[in-house]
Amino acid sequence: MSHEGSAFELGGVTFGSRLILGTGGAASLHALEQAIRASGTELVTLALRRVDTAPGMGGGLLDLLDRCGVRLLPNTAGCYTAGEAVKVAHLAREAFGTDWVKLEVIGDERTLLPDGVELLRAAETLVADGFTVLPYTSDDPILARRLADVGCAAVMPAGAPIGSGLGVNNPHHIRLIRQSVDVPVILDAGIGTASDAALAMELGCDAVLLASAVTRAADPVAMASAMRYAVEAGRLAAGAGRIPRRFHALASTPDEGRPAL
Amino acid sequence: MLAGAEVPVRADGLGRDPSYAESVNRGPFLADVAVVGGGAVGLAVAWRCAARGLRVTVHDPDPGSGASHVAAGMLSPVAEAYFGERELTGLLVASAARWPAFAAELTAASGVDLGYRTEGTLVVGLTGDDLAEAQRLWSYQRDLGLPISPLRPSELRDREPALATRVRGGAVAPGDHQVDPRRLVTALRTAAERAGATLVTGAVRALSDLDAGVTVVAAGCGAAALTGLPVRPVKGQILRLRAPDGGPPGFRHVVRGYADGESVYLVPREDGEVVVGATVEERADTDVTAGAVLRLLRAAVDLVPELAEYELVEATAGLRPGTPDNAPIIGPLPGRPGVLVATGHHRHGIVLTPVTADLVTDLIVTGPTARTTADPLLAPCTPERFAGQRRPG
Repeated sequence: MSHEGSAFELGGVTFGSRLILGTGGAASLHALEQAIRASGTELVTLALRRVDTAPGMGGGLLDLLDRCGVRLLPNTAGCYTAGEAVKVAHLAREAFGTDWVKLEVIGDERTLLPDGVELLRAAETLVADGFTVLPYTSDDPILARRLADVGCAAVMPAGAPIGSGLGVNNPHHIRLIRQSVDVPVILDAGIGTASDAALAMELGCDAVLLASAVTRAADPVAMASAMRYAVEAGRLAAGAGRIPRRFHALASTPDEGRPAL
Repeated sequence: MLAGAEVPVRADGLGRDPSYAESVNRGPFLADVAVVGGGAVGLAVAWRCAARGLRVTVHDPDPGSGASHVAAGMLSPVAEAYFGERELTGLLVASAARWPAFAAELTAASGVDLGYRTEGTLVVGLTGDDLAEAQRLWSYQRDLGLPISPLRPSELRDREPALATRVRGGAVAPGDHQVDPRRLVTALRTAAERAGATLVTGAVRALSDLDAGVTVVAAGCGAAALTGLPVRPVKGQILRLRAPDGGPPGFRHVVRGYADGESVYLVPREDGEVVVGATVEERADTDVTAGAVLRLLRAAVDLVPELAEYELVEATAGLRPGTPDNAPIIGPLPGRPGVLVATGHHRHGIVLTPVTADLVTDLIVTGPTARTTADPLLAPCTPERFAGQRRPG
């Protein structure tokens, strides 16, 4: 499949793939590597606290990502306050040598939904500190606009709670977000299967970020491949001008010219 | 397949002469077999080799202090069977099948009670979400033909009344047994020494320092530096509780499952100990963290409430030797004649101890040149599969 026309720009970098993969949850590094390759992704997230960056650790996650040639997007998973998230972002910048950060500030541990107030505060600080900030946010269009206003490079609304696999629970709000900001919109969290990813793209998202749906699938490689095509299918469909929904049928073959038998 | 045909073992006559033991004994080396690493795997190899008449030395600065010391000792090929790991599951099943005879033989050879228990394992889910996770996995295991059967919640509590009434359901894997890894190490050490093996207390910095016909690298995470193979530390934090008043725990099965999304296992010993494990972290430190202890204890007490009254005896962290595909590395080290590897056992070191010891001993005795007779169990374990990921060792 050609990337012609499918490329998108994020933080001044052009990506051929609109699928962003999280690295958590894989049964083995081998399974993760195969899934990353099958997905065609060029950008993967990883949590600073999941990785020991001490030198001499052969065969680890960082070696694997290096081998796959993907760009790293450190995240601030596990942070509950702006202060904590800002600190982790700085540590990640030191550890991984990138000023990109997927900003997560969690509001409560049962839903793992973002805390909008803390998120906005952290985003503002990190933008001022020179980071390319990609915030994991809720499906609230107003908050999304405020995040874009303070200089975030994208907004990443949740389709549903992290790891729930419930899909896109409020499609209308995702559409509203798409219309209320000028930065890329990346659907982040909640994807369960390929049709969820396709729907997100049809709603106008620029990309999809997912982890568990692939890493915890019974066959992660097959699901990674499915997601790759789903994202591409959704993007093409979004631009293809779908037909209106009708109440009654409309025959696709006209009656005119039918032989009178 | 075992691709070690071009790797000759240095000990004279190994693999060619049926009277190998006599041949090697005339060799120029101090020992026929030097084992690097005195954990369960290394000591078992030493015991098996010594019992077959080979002169064996085991090198370890502190035998039994590595992953074997923290391991829980679940012999759980069924409940550990996971998507995409069928070959590894085959190896786990094969090794678990050897455990009863292995345990009996080792107990006889050492006089040490291993704490081997055969009540089986219960897999449970606390909430609906937890049960769905557990069911998904045991459905897969049943599809593989492995022995695990769903139970109604009432049947579950009939078997283990100590389970919380909130537990939504579960299954029993009757063939998933357990052993006490610390007793195992003591027994293996005793048996190996009784069979004539010598323990050398000291670290091995380079394989070239050893003077032996065959060197077996069973050094866990230490194998990476010695061989260049991609063995990485995977940190696990684990707790040990003790039942009050010196009695046995109030449950007899190994209990494993999910509690509010946390994965946990509980291993009850007859001497009153209950092991609660374990985290799986891509880290190389051995710090015990408050958060991990909290999560493990919360999940444990959620599943078996009486554990709240137990004494917290130990909170430790150890490093599992992990490989990229979670399967161990067993076989001749490419490009290093006379060196065999037995490491990378990750979460499965204790259950895989018998099969690893047998396979390695057979390779030493029969020789790696016997390509056609190589045990098919070795196929998923070859060091060659990581040829592209090896660092200068």
